This record gives sequence, structure tokens and C-alpha cells, in this order.
Amino acid sequence: MKIVLNGDPLEVAALTLSDLLQEREVSGRVATAVNEEFVPASLRGSCHLKDGDRVEVVAPMQGG
Amino acid sequence: MKTFYGTALPNPLMLGTAQYPSPAILEQAFRQSGAGVATVSLRREGAGGAGAAFWQMIQDLGVLILPNTAGCHTVKEAVTTAHMAREVFDTKWIKLELIGHTDSLQPDVFQLVEAAKILTEDGFEVFPYTTEDLIVAERLLAAGCEVLMPWGAPIGSGRGLNNPYALRAMRAEFPEVPLVVDAGVGLPSHAAHAMELGFDAVLLNTAVARAGDPVAMAQAMMGAVRAGKLAHDADPIEARDMAEASTPVIGKAFLT
Repeated sequence: MKIVLNGDPLEVAALTLSDLLQEREVSGRVATAVNEEFVPASLRGSCHLKDGDRVEVVAPMQGG
Repeated sequence: MKTFYGTALPNPLMLGTAQYPSPAILEQAFRQSGAGVATVSLRREGAGGAGAAFWQMIQDLGVLILPNTAGCHTVKEAVTTAHMAREVFDTKWIKLELIGHTDSLQPDVFQLVEAAKILTEDGFEVFPYTTEDLIVAERLLAAGCEVLMPWGAPIGSGRGLNNPYALRAMRAEFPEVPLVVDAGVGLPSHAAHAMELGFDAVLLNTAVARAGDPVAMAQAMMGAVRAGKLAHDADPIEARDMAEASTPVIGKAFLT
């Protein structure tokens, strides 16, 4: 399945958002959104990905 | 003393965490100045997990965390970012930024009010980055905001308070509302000026982070906000056009 992760097109095996984070070895404090909708950590396991989904994974960063 | 959604700040300096020459200098700027609030943001997690190291350092500082929605141009984007920030930083506080103009980074106040309403209803404690417009301020308060953060000047410009008259009017109009000058401060004198006007805090980033010696500048800013607050509370004299001798004339030796 092809998705877009943080702006980059990507072929993935993961079927859910939590599988995707595991597949991409993303750990630590992150927040997620799929197709511009926030997906809380508790719902990542039941968030099924579809072809063409745009996934955002963000982490704490410096800011003003 | 006013509180920010029930939280008393340890001092009136809110300091940004971006643009420092190194994480070590950022950390020292906080430690040496004693700034009690750190603004932070969310960005796409790249390879290597840089976010984790940054977050650990901020946590070790033991400061209050104020996440922002910097760079957001739409209500939808800002609301989604706020939700992500609440989960990652584990705080209801959000510095709501909705940028309306590319060059000045002036807030889009129409979208700001809309987003503030949505977020407040969803339990957020919103710190809106706004202009000095009093009607917008009223709308933000009506939307549920309990803090207002008007700009001093465009973000990163270092111009100081562009419109002290309007900021003074805002202070007079909303005497009970915690007010923060956010953005545009370049020098300690600007920060002191904001506090002398009766503002409750100053939020700045670039002036410290891009100074030749950020650690020293952070300390200077802390001295300035403290001096400005003391001065405001001490009820300063009014300026006058003509001189008024301070040394008593009576008893002066007659020497001509």
C-alpha cells in the first residue's frame, strides 16, 4: 500500500497507524494525524490505513 | 498577582526555545536567567529522534511548557496542531498562532477567534497571539480566552513596542486580564517598557537566541522585566515638559 508519510510517498506493509509507527521504528513521544485529522495514541491500533492516506508524525521541537 | 488559568508564573519572562546556537546554550539561557515558561512546538519527526533529546532537556529544566501552533494558516490546521500538542506535551496550554500575512506574520484575527472558540470548548487553555485591536480582544475573551498576547512588533523584528498607545489602552480596558507582550522585543529596554505599561509578562525568543551571547541576553531580559514590573508597581511619576528642580533651593549659600 502506498501512503504519504510526513510528505514523502512510501510503500508500506502496515495496515494500521500503530503498525506503521512500528514498521518505521518510530518510538518516543510523537503525535499523529491522518488526512489532517488528529488520531490520539489510544486510537492508533484501530486506525486502518488506506491507499493514499496522508500521515503526519510529529515530535517535540524548539519553538518561539 | 494575576494567574494564567490558575497558575502563577514564577517571574514575568516567557522564553522561546528556537534558534539558539546549540542545545547547551539554550539550556544555559534558561538556567542562568531563571525564565519560568518555555515555548515549544511540534515538527515532523525525522530520522534519529531529535525530538526525544530536546524534550528530555526541556523536562529537566522544570519549567512550564507552552506549546505553540506556529506556522498555522487555517483554523483546521491550528486545531489539529493543538490537539497533537496537548497529547505530546501533556498540557492544556496552547499558544494559538494563526498567521495571516507572509511578510509581517500578522495574526489572522478572524480565524484566531474562531479557533480559540473551538479549542476553549474542547478544554484547552488558550494563549492567543493577537494584535492590539480591542474589539478582537473582546471577541477572544468572549470565546473563552483568559489571557491575551498582543504583539509588540512583528515576530523576530526586534523593533520593540510599535504601538505603546494601543498597548496602554488594552491594559486600561482589561485591567483584570493577564496580558503578555508577545513578539517584537529586541532589547531589554523594550521588555522593561512592556512591564512599565502594566503588562503581566513578556514572551520573546529571537532577541535572546540570536544575540551574540544568548545566555547574557537572557539574564539581561530577566533583569529588565523585573525592573519594569517593580517600576510599574512603584507608581512612576508623570513626564512633564519643563524642569522642576529636585534639589531644594531653600538654604542654598548666597555666593554671587
